Amino acid sequence: MNRDKIVMSVTAVLLLTVPFWAGYVGGYTDLASRVLIYALAAMGLNLLLGFTGGLSFGHAAYFGLGAYGTGLMLDYETSNTLLALLVGTLTGGLAALMLGPIAVRRRGIYFSMITIAIGQMFYFIAVRWNSVTGGEDGLTGFSRQPVFGLPLNSTQFYYMVLFFFIVGALLLWTILNSPLGHTFVAIRENQKRLTFLGIRVDRYVALSFAISGLVCALAGGLNALLDNFASPDDLRYTLSGDFLIIAVLGGMRNFWGPLVGAAIFVLVQNYVSAITQNWMTVIGLVFVLSVIFFPLGVLGFFRRRSET
Amino acid sequence: MLLDVIFNAFNGLIVGSFYALMAIGLSLILGLNGVINFAHGGFMALAAYFAFTLVPYVGFWGALIIAPLLAGAVGYAVEQLIIRRLYLRDPLYSLLATFGLALIMQDLMRTIWGAQGLPLAIPDFLNQPVSEVYFFVTGYRIFVVALAILSTGALFAVLRYTRLGVRIRAGNADLETIAALGVNIYLLRSANFVLGIMFAGLAGILAAGQLGLTPTMGDSLIMPSFVAIVVGGVGSLLGSLLGGLIIGVASGITTAFYPAASEVVIYLIMGVMLIVRPRGLFGQEGLFE
Repeated sequence: MNRDKIVMSVTAVLLLTVPFWAGYVGGYTDLASRVLIYALAAMGLNLLLGFTGGLSFGHAAYFGLGAYGTGLMLDYETSNTLLALLVGTLTGGLAALMLGPIAVRRRGIYFSMITIAIGQMFYFIAVRWNSVTGGEDGLTGFSRQPVFGLPLNSTQFYYMVLFFFIVGALLLWTILNSPLGHTFVAIRENQKRLTFLGIRVDRYVALSFAISGLVCALAGGLNALLDNFASPDDLRYTLSGDFLIIAVLGGMRNFWGPLVGAAIFVLVQNYVSAITQNWMTVIGLVFVLSVIFFPLGVLGFFRRRSET
Repeated sequence: MLLDVIFNAFNGLIVGSFYALMAIGLSLILGLNGVINFAHGGFMALAAYFAFTLVPYVGFWGALIIAPLLAGAVGYAVEQLIIRRLYLRDPLYSLLATFGLALIMQDLMRTIWGAQGLPLAIPDFLNQPVSEVYFFVTGYRIFVVALAILSTGALFAVLRYTRLGVRIRAGNADLETIAALGVNIYLLRSANFVLGIMFAGLAGILAAGQLGLTPTMGDSLIMPSFVAIVVGGVGSLLGSLLGGLIIGVASGITTAFYPAASEVVIYLIMGVMLIVRPRGLFGQEGLFE
């Protein structure tokens, strides 16, 4: 346990000081914001995936709804960044709350297929509803406005992202350590037994779906603010795949796994796409090789080593 | 107006045939291999590119036979190298592996054949319209629908009357038992995977003759194929065929009235089906849960 505390403290110090050292190691502050945003989305997804055992391949939809919701609010309704983010987050969360019960009508592999398909529906709405969403070109024309009089340059925005990352992580941590969280884990471990005990498994999975969708939407809203742009690709199933591999790569049975996975994935993607046109092959290989050789992810790998 | 509706419905029927062929291959692999094959669209495009390369040497008909076999051979290699290692694991892993594979295949095809769209030459006599009023009914389009139905029928016969087919169906029902009865289930699953890939290949070549080739051609077809399986019911070939045709036609008719909704309507049909009849048209209760 002691070692865990040291690792946690070092990570916390590193995260708090990113803007001061990112430039010296060849990175930049916005890249660190992206890592945190993807980590937050993958942690949200992981509540469903790693802790409830629901394999959703469509969570980019809620991420994207958060992005479009936030962007549209800033475009048309308000200049209050926080209000826009709140509305965006609630939009995605509400969609997940309404669609979860439909998706959980089937379980297992079938559940994955349905979640993909539901996600793609939002993708096509975003692409086709030109007048509102900007179609394939994406939603532009908004920019993050000062919060409490503070203009949000890269560094200040990074701390705003870090703040919401901590809020999201605290929410998930609190849930996982409550009776509700224990129910989720129990569903993952033995769904039949819980059914026999009189637990309405479907409802709990749908609730986990909704909460994870809400957290993804928060991440999506932050992503729109980071780029001052929302793209149909924010809703696409390929991004859902990225979130899944981030969770798996870091270790989906570990609370902080997605943070490690996001750091690896975003940095690799950023680096590789700068040096070769064939970056998709490299990312594809990351998928295939990590699935075959590191099924437990980085954290799972080290944890098992330290236990044996 | 009526002609317009017929025109779009017929277009939908063609696209629906591609969905159906894709869905049948996916459904085979989903059943026995327990894998949602995200790379299915990649294999589909791969077979089409093979056909494109082969047509100058063996003609359209030769390519129609050889290209799916070649794609099947690649499928066999992939199954041996990657998929086979993941059978005993959570479906998550095969899903992510085939997803990564889809990225790799798309990227390699773009590197080899280029991102530009390419045409696949089809025999001239198939290009002629059948009548002057129904100018959109070309011989090729009738050929596409007929071949989709014929190959589904052939697959049905194989599954019904051959030893391989009986084993595939028995394996769908209970893999452990047939393993205990002495069936080599690893060989069986390889064969089944290759069979599914060959259906994707057939869909790819037919689609290329109609829509042309791009490395991403599989992307727009794979999602509706998932929906076709859900609507038709998992584990039912007839369901996958009908599911594909139904959503194709529905999407086509929607194009006639409200083009912007032509894709979304597919997902709405799925949503309604899930609420009204979660197991799909012909699905069995409790499969894959």
